[in-house]
Amino acid sequence: MTLFSFSRFWAILVKEFIQMRRDRLTFGMMMGVPLLQLLLFGYAINTDPKHLPAVAVVAENSAFARSLLRAMENTGYIRFIGAPVSEATADLMIRRGEVQFAVHIPPHFAEDIVRGKQPALLVEADATDPVATGNAVAALQGLDTMALIHDLKGPLADLQKDGAPFEVRLHKRYNAEGITQYNIVPGLMGVVLTMTMVMMTSLAVTRERERGTMENLLAMPVLPMEVMLGKILPYIVVGYVQVAIIVVAARYLFMVPLMGSLPLLSLAAIIFIAANLAVGFTFSTMATNQLQAMQMSVFFFLPSLLLSGFMFPFRGMPVWAQVIGEVLPLTHFLRIVRGILLKGNGWADIWPDMWPVITFLLLAAALAMIRYRRTLD
Amino acid sequence: MSDAVIDVQGLTKSFGDKRVVDDVSLRVGKGQIYGFLGPNGSGKTTTLRMLCGLLTPDAGSGSCLGYDIRRQAAEIKRRTGYMTQRFSLYEDLTIRENLSFVARLYALDRLNARVDAALEQLGLTSRQKQLAGQLSGGWKQRLALAACILHEPELLLLDEPTAGVDPKARRDFWDQIHALAGAGLTVLVSTHYMDEAERCHEILYIAYGRLIAKGTIKDVIATHNLATWSVEGPNLHLLSRELQQLPGVDTVAAFGTILHVCGHDEASLEKSIAPYRQRPELHWERSSPSLEDIFIQLMSGLDTNGLAAKR
Repeated sequence: MTLFSFSRFWAILVKEFIQMRRDRLTFGMMMGVPLLQLLLFGYAINTDPKHLPAVAVVAENSAFARSLLRAMENTGYIRFIGAPVSEATADLMIRRGEVQFAVHIPPHFAEDIVRGKQPALLVEADATDPVATGNAVAALQGLDTMALIHDLKGPLADLQKDGAPFEVRLHKRYNAEGITQYNIVPGLMGVVLTMTMVMMTSLAVTRERERGTMENLLAMPVLPMEVMLGKILPYIVVGYVQVAIIVVAARYLFMVPLMGSLPLLSLAAIIFIAANLAVGFTFSTMATNQLQAMQMSVFFFLPSLLLSGFMFPFRGMPVWAQVIGEVLPLTHFLRIVRGILLKGNGWADIWPDMWPVITFLLLAAALAMIRYRRTLD
Repeated sequence: MSDAVIDVQGLTKSFGDKRVVDDVSLRVGKGQIYGFLGPNGSGKTTTLRMLCGLLTPDAGSGSCLGYDIRRQAAEIKRRTGYMTQRFSLYEDLTIRENLSFVARLYALDRLNARVDAALEQLGLTSRQKQLAGQLSGGWKQRLALAACILHEPELLLLDEPTAGVDPKARRDFWDQIHALAGAGLTVLVSTHYMDEAERCHEILYIAYGRLIAKGTIKDVIATHNLATWSVEGPNLHLLSRELQQLPGVDTVAAFGTILHVCGHDEASLEKSIAPYRQRPELHWERSSPSLEDIFIQLMSGLDTNGLAAKR
């Protein structure tokens, strides 16, 4: 009895394989999750984002200015979206995250170059994510000596001799020192909420089914809406506690500046939390046991983590990955929370990222309600 | 019968291509205890679930407490207590917390008073702070019953409430059921125990999804008109095998040291056992069939008629 018995060991082994085969979803997840990781890490992630959107503010439309903007695009790191705009518009666009850079060509730029006055060219960068802007910034700074080399010929060639004909003055906004924590800590709020909220709710209904208490619940006169709200609300409270912990830690442990309004952050957080809970509730109506519910949560969490711009620059990803990323609530919440905390954004600034989260919430909640069965059929 | 609490016709339910309940019609009168009997997988649970709105019937219609079982499930749920086969209250809640939860779900007034009364009525007061998961089978069953009657339902549907419960607890449970029925509650209880069936006012026997016998126990026994002999003696297992081969003998079943020999054709049965009655070591006696004899007969009858598909 005490000796290792091959037959007993074999019995366990065979049983495990049979059970593995019966639980199709779990088996599918075991195959699917590595595949998903492979695709996301292999194809979607790029830590050297190119073609970052930029906008030009041109006070003087000279041949030099045009050459300069072209030279900037030729670095491959930036791409001007649309025609030059006014100062105010550029400021708004950078605050809302529509562009990563704003290039300001000052008045009398050409004249000052020709006179050898070395005019300053202002490049504003949204540096909330130091990784996203790092390489582009380096490339732009190298432009001063090269950009106008073809324009400054003949009598003007002398201007190239004693150093650069102009100076690139970089203004890193929102995170001047490029502190990684400024970007990560607020983002972590969204990541933590996604992970815990989806998982907790996905287990909530599945647990009832697995323990057999669902039958009793269904036999009593309770509406799906009542069950859903009753189950979701306690987790909203938990979510708020998490938000509070992260905000306090951000402020006092990591010294992240809190530029914007905390009530606005709370409002955005509640919508985001509700969206995640609705996803979890939908999962829990599909999973037959708690293990499956956990795996579904992972299947949702993984793309959220990788495609939202939390770990890797959003603008570095290929278009298909950005499209998926735009659907996920975490992507938008990251922009919202970074915008509020680091840029001091207000309601009008976060709205472009708020409505996708609200839409997602409504769709997920509707799906959950449809999937939640009032009978055992 | 205008005072029928349950009045359904042609209830049918299939899961996949398996017909679990097939054309079941029921009429259940007020204040009566109906025993719902039948082998495992015969469709008892499915029928109970259709009656309380947990499952939608594929075909058939009818009413429960005067409400349409298809369209007014919510009304039925409000007035019915359903006790599931498996304990389905929260094991990580105490007895009192479970009862309060149920009371709130039914939006009952005087919540604490009602919970106190239910605890008192079922003798759970001293244990109210215990977690439900730590209770033994008998106490869990009491708690489940308390939860079902908290909202003062008019109809109780009990799905094998006494499975795995000791005889003393079973007896107490049935005393409760009778007290409730005496107060006007209608009870439909499924069971495998014949002694429990005998405590019901009427019985319904279902096999392979079909209702094949109903009425009072007396009626059921009388209508089936089963000739029964009991025999005592040595080597009964050998005798049993021999008797089973004989014409007119439908079933032979051992009850301790006695064999019950049954057949629906009395003349044929008596002719067949005549030679055995001459044997001095065997003691034969004419007896009346038990409910169990009838059911075994019903089951074997179904098999030979080929009426029943495989489970």
